[in-house]
Amino acid sequence: MDYLLLQVLNGVQLGLLMFLLAAGLTLTFGIMDLVNLAHGSLYMMGAYIAWMLIGWTDSFVLGALLALPATFLLGVVVEAIVMRRLYVRDHLEQVLATFGLILFFNELVRVIWGPAGKSIAVPAFLNRTVEILPGVPYPAYRFAIIVVGALVAILLAWLVARTRIGMLIRAGASNRRMIGALGVNIELLFTLVFGLGAVFAGLAGLMAAPITSVKIGMGDDILILAFVIIVIGGIGSIKGAFVAAMVVGQIDIVGRAFLPDFLKTFLSASAASSAAPAISQVLIYIVMAGVLVWRPTGLFGQRT
Amino acid sequence: MSLIASLRTPRGLITALLLLVLAVLPLLTQAFDQRYLLSIGTRIVIWAIAAISLNMILGYGGMVSFGHAVFFGIGGYAVGILSHHGVASGFVQWPVAIVAATLWAALVGALSLRTRGLYFIMITLAFAQLVFYVGGGLEAYGADDGLNISRSRFPGLIDMRDKASFYWLCFALLCGTLWFCSRFANARFGLVIRGAKSNELRMMALGFPVFRYRLAAFTLSGAFGGLAGILLANEGAYISPAMMSWVKSGDLIVIVVLGGMGTLFGPLYGTIAFFVLEESLKPLLDLLRKGWGEYWQIVFGPMLVLIALYARGGIDSLFGRRHG
Amino acid sequence: MAEPMLAASGLIKRFGGLIATDNVSIDVRPGEIHALIGPNGAGKTTLVSQLTGNMQPDTGTIHFAGRDITHLPMHARVRLGLARSFQITSVLREFTALDNVALAVQAHAGHSFRFLADVRRDESLRGPARRGLEEVGLAARADTPAANLSHGEQRQLEIAMALAGDPRMLLLDEPMAGMGVEESQRMIGFLQGLKDRRGMLLIEHDMDAVFQLADRITVLVYGRAIASGTPAEIRANAEVRQAYLGEGDA
Repeated sequence: MDYLLLQVLNGVQLGLLMFLLAAGLTLTFGIMDLVNLAHGSLYMMGAYIAWMLIGWTDSFVLGALLALPATFLLGVVVEAIVMRRLYVRDHLEQVLATFGLILFFNELVRVIWGPAGKSIAVPAFLNRTVEILPGVPYPAYRFAIIVVGALVAILLAWLVARTRIGMLIRAGASNRRMIGALGVNIELLFTLVFGLGAVFAGLAGLMAAPITSVKIGMGDDILILAFVIIVIGGIGSIKGAFVAAMVVGQIDIVGRAFLPDFLKTFLSASAASSAAPAISQVLIYIVMAGVLVWRPTGLFGQRT
Repeated sequence: MSLIASLRTPRGLITALLLLVLAVLPLLTQAFDQRYLLSIGTRIVIWAIAAISLNMILGYGGMVSFGHAVFFGIGGYAVGILSHHGVASGFVQWPVAIVAATLWAALVGALSLRTRGLYFIMITLAFAQLVFYVGGGLEAYGADDGLNISRSRFPGLIDMRDKASFYWLCFALLCGTLWFCSRFANARFGLVIRGAKSNELRMMALGFPVFRYRLAAFTLSGAFGGLAGILLANEGAYISPAMMSWVKSGDLIVIVVLGGMGTLFGPLYGTIAFFVLEESLKPLLDLLRKGWGEYWQIVFGPMLVLIALYARGGIDSLFGRRHG
Repeated sequence: MAEPMLAASGLIKRFGGLIATDNVSIDVRPGEIHALIGPNGAGKTTLVSQLTGNMQPDTGTIHFAGRDITHLPMHARVRLGLARSFQITSVLREFTALDNVALAVQAHAGHSFRFLADVRRDESLRGPARRGLEEVGLAARADTPAANLSHGEQRQLEIAMALAGDPRMLLLDEPMAGMGVEESQRMIGFLQGLKDRRGMLLIEHDMDAVFQLADRITVLVYGRAIASGTPAEIRANAEVRQAYLGEGDA
């Protein structure tokens, strides 16, 4: 029972991290009609920048806090140089250009920080456990991720429900004329939204870093998961992204935690441990295929 | 336009010369003692087959499939798994591999062609990832590390271990694929596919059941992709999930756009340009400063951005406007 | 009187709270032009979309040539001989005028799972396509890409494509939209020449054209058919005058 609870919490924690990534994607797609494959690169850059700043400041919190404006700045620069030119292009050109950006960023990291992975230590004050239930300890760092992720989710819910940007998102407004008609400075709005997405991605990257590790291409696989999430949830829907992220997080963790034991009942131990992660990944894609067959525009997607 | 007449245009002349060079490549590499170039040439020819097959749906049909490398994997694994279990005959391996790729394409197409736009891009990617992870989970076939295999046997016909013979086989299959594509694009079927890219609603209002034709095109494209996978596995005598990673699918899209979407020879130009860039950027950067060659993608990435922004027609459009 | 060829009865279509089609019944007989008029936003295009199969009605049935086609997809209806033209010009812009019509011919020439033979040498497609272009007066523009045709020429091309399968029924969604006076007159003459052979449902804003062409007129306002009858009856109908004719045409 306790083990199950811990795994469910791990699933929530993973789901929230992926939600942070997916939220940025769904924002940029919903408002700017932009398919940004390079979103995972911002996740990676967030982690690397944080690693560097934590090294300089010798403080996890300070480094992480400084990394956020840095990724925002990076996002704004990328938007101004490349993305801005892509909004009016078709999806294929966006895929191509942002695919190019992935190659660029992966290589850039190799040039600046070298090919070896980095690790960020869990900060000392979180390097312990908290009792989530009497007698059930849970790593404080993972718990902190859940808290931060939940806070960001609430912030986003507020943003969508109460602000002008949110109104545009709810209207599914990938339409310059409509946004212009609302008297909004489009260029600035797009830049800010992209920067915001970059911050969320960077935050997810730096928070994940102590658990996984900081390495080249770390954003690529999780990016695909983030896309799966926004597709399941319905592109442009923050709520959909949240629900889908939670579902995907649970499937992934449950697959990793429970499948090996289950598979060992009829497979060899080594076969079971190599097959389990694969099966949990496969499950995620099967869920996605099922959802799209049932609803071709995702759970909360707008009609085409 | 007749074949002879087409030779008088710059496009025709360049293409003819290119095919001529490709036809005699093993002789050239032997004459200049550059064995390494033959192996690159072989990979170019195989990738070109895959790129042409992607072009059938992406270029002519406007279906942005982001999972085409999965057919490398399916074709390759079918050969590899059979060979691993002692079924060495190509007469068995190849049909099984093509049928497997075709069936998978039909299944994926049937599910994903119901969706549009970004959903389609992502669902094709997701299905490819699914197979990728299955490949990585197959402990018996090397899991993530892949598997060394022995090449397909065609006793009495061809020795696949002989580099030149294998190259010529690949080249002949490339010519066959090109021939088919040239016919398909201007046949009734191809016109329906191209029409649906141009204006789907119009095609339905004319009375075409568009979904059916798209599904057929997707399936056909998968079959040719599977063929490329068979060849790729034989080229390296090796299979691994890496051959169907999503980056490879991205590379294939890059190649098709780079060469010129919806053109017959575009994918071939694109493949050559892609490999030549890869092979030449490294030494060029090394010339600037020793060791920089390893970072060639830092130049190549921004090049892709520029291509996406400014070179929609691809290499093919450099040779002047097309006729027909 | 001849049996109706196309008969829709009790069509209802809602979008959220809005009723776009409110219990509409409409029919078209062979050799008849039935015009559908109504102010902007009356739901004409929504109604046509249900007839062509682009949308499904919430309730109601559609019969064509004695068959229930309510749930048939668009392409199957076209195959039965129910062709349409679009309000916003919808041609294949990258293809030549002749290719456009040839594709329309091809749609009616059995399945298109033919992978090898060159369509541009296929006289069974090119011949009828050329005749179709001649019929609408576009023969001289056969090899021009559709994108380079003038607006009026594209409208003519639309009609040629709709006519390609020799349909029994034409749904024409504002065929004169955006045409000059002279072009409109030519189109009116052309449509008159077509009507002996087939029924037509004509949606049109140009009242002169409607009263010249139509045998019957149905007036749609806020999704409801408020009147239906001969042009003389419609002219005399007080409700129609108030709801519609009074506004724009007085």
